Amino acid sequence: MLEIRNVKKVFNRGTVNEKIALHDLNLHLAPGDFVTVIGGNGAGKSTMLNSVAGVYPVDEGEIYIDGVEVTHLPEYKRAKFIGRVFQDPMMGTAATMQIEENLALAARRGKLRTLMSGITKAERESYKEALKILELGLEDRLTAKVGLLSGGQRQALTLLMATLQRPKLLLLDEHTAALDPKTASKVLEATQRIVEKDNLTTLMITHNMRDAIAYGNRLIMMYDGHVVVDVSGEEKKNLTVEQLLNLFSKVSGSNEANDKLLLG
Amino acid sequence: MTSFFNALPGAVSQGLIWGIMAIGLYITYQMLELSDLTVDGSFCTGGAVCAMMMVAGHNVWVALIVAFLAGMLAGWVTSVFHTKLGIPAILSGILTQLGLWSVNLAIMGMKANQALNVKNYDLLVSMRFLKDVEKGTRGFWQHPLFTVGLVTIAIVAVLYWFFGTELGASIRATGANANMARAQGINTNLNKVIGLMISNGLVALSGALLAQYQGFADINMGRGAIVIGLAAIIIGDVVFSKLFRNFALKLLAVSIGAVIYYVVIQAVISLLDIDSNYLKLISALIVAIFLAVPNLRGKTFGKRKEKHHA
Repeated sequence: MLEIRNVKKVFNRGTVNEKIALHDLNLHLAPGDFVTVIGGNGAGKSTMLNSVAGVYPVDEGEIYIDGVEVTHLPEYKRAKFIGRVFQDPMMGTAATMQIEENLALAARRGKLRTLMSGITKAERESYKEALKILELGLEDRLTAKVGLLSGGQRQALTLLMATLQRPKLLLLDEHTAALDPKTASKVLEATQRIVEKDNLTTLMITHNMRDAIAYGNRLIMMYDGHVVVDVSGEEKKNLTVEQLLNLFSKVSGSNEANDKLLLG
Repeated sequence: MTSFFNALPGAVSQGLIWGIMAIGLYITYQMLELSDLTVDGSFCTGGAVCAMMMVAGHNVWVALIVAFLAGMLAGWVTSVFHTKLGIPAILSGILTQLGLWSVNLAIMGMKANQALNVKNYDLLVSMRFLKDVEKGTRGFWQHPLFTVGLVTIAIVAVLYWFFGTELGASIRATGANANMARAQGINTNLNKVIGLMISNGLVALSGALLAQYQGFADINMGRGAIVIGLAAIIIGDVVFSKLFRNFALKLLAVSIGAVIYYVVIQAVISLLDIDSNYLKLISALIVAIFLAVPNLRGKTFGKRKEKHHA
């Protein structure tokens, strides 16, 4: 469903701040794969997601989604295939617009926006239904401005918006990192429900080792701009946090793993 | 005191005309969070085009429509500077405004002004109509308050409809959160182009009406338009934000804001008997006061408007 081939991304090329964020990055996701992504700061996790989403162009390599090359497509065109939830709860929704207006915008992702009504009666009913899966009671607050919601509620709403039009690929960039533990687990549970219901191909970055093991069918670890560990199936299910930390020490050749990764 | 009350209908009429410009500015300044300085130029473009069209013998409605289109063109130029060439919005507007100075002179046949005498042309609004209606030589429906009020309501109705459509909602989303908009497949650059075009179209339409109202188009008629527009938006917000939640009412609040601005200016001039050369200084001070009010309020009550910088 997603194919990343030999991607390279350099920031501030030719300056003292030059940073090779991604190199020799290769990743293939089968349809229905739910992949958790871990790695230290600067490993290239977010850069990978942003490159796939088209936030910035890559310097080398190609990216395919469901067989279509998207390497040179602008962000808004790739959105047709991709649902996204960001780390910052403020980033995925429009605060000054109503819940139903935000959903109506998301329902038209990848479609031509015409001079037809921005939201129909039938839609409102369907949004009420759709919001129930979040178990936050938002279905009774359709016309509330999103700015009135808490960070967790906004993040859950963003998740629903990302999946309202079934995306070929769901990108979650540490979408629970800014939330308190209780809210974070609620949003993660909602994520699980939605991904399972629609059998979505998903890439989820997390700093939480336990979550990385508990969720999804496959786990990848990034280091220095590419994938260094890739486990799936039974092997992944039986992983422990300790094993992960050891793996990290081995690939990074140091003991700094504990400082960098021990957030679980 | 009597001079103030005698001048009141004129001040309100002018306020309503400038209110249309302010509604245009609202689209860029409030909805898209773009500071568009094109308006000082495109306002005059509207006046100049309207005057020249009517002098050439065209119908007043045709002249207004062409003025609107000319304003849209000016907005398009700014939007190309901004979205295609990557020049910051504020600079793009300044560049267009500067260029329009020459263009506006050229439109008026390389003259600094163009008369549009009410005696010779069949105008939609004119200062003269105020007295005519008073004397009874014209029907009340030709009173500038009535005509411009009707035009304003029509514009608000169309904008209310438009910003409720799929396209209109995506333009609002572009201003509210550009990141979210792009993630939802919205072409934010295209929407900025559309927003700047509609905005400047309305600004030019307002200029066209003012040229008729005062009986001439002048190369300086748009100077300070942005300040008047901002004043109208801020005054409307300060006075009506608690009362008006609906989008159409918010647009009306902008129009009323412009009226309040003109009434206050008129009051200062006629009550304090100040030399009218101080008008610009007074305008700047009034706008500064109204711009400060929301911020000062926020400091006192700890309530600040949430702003996104995307």
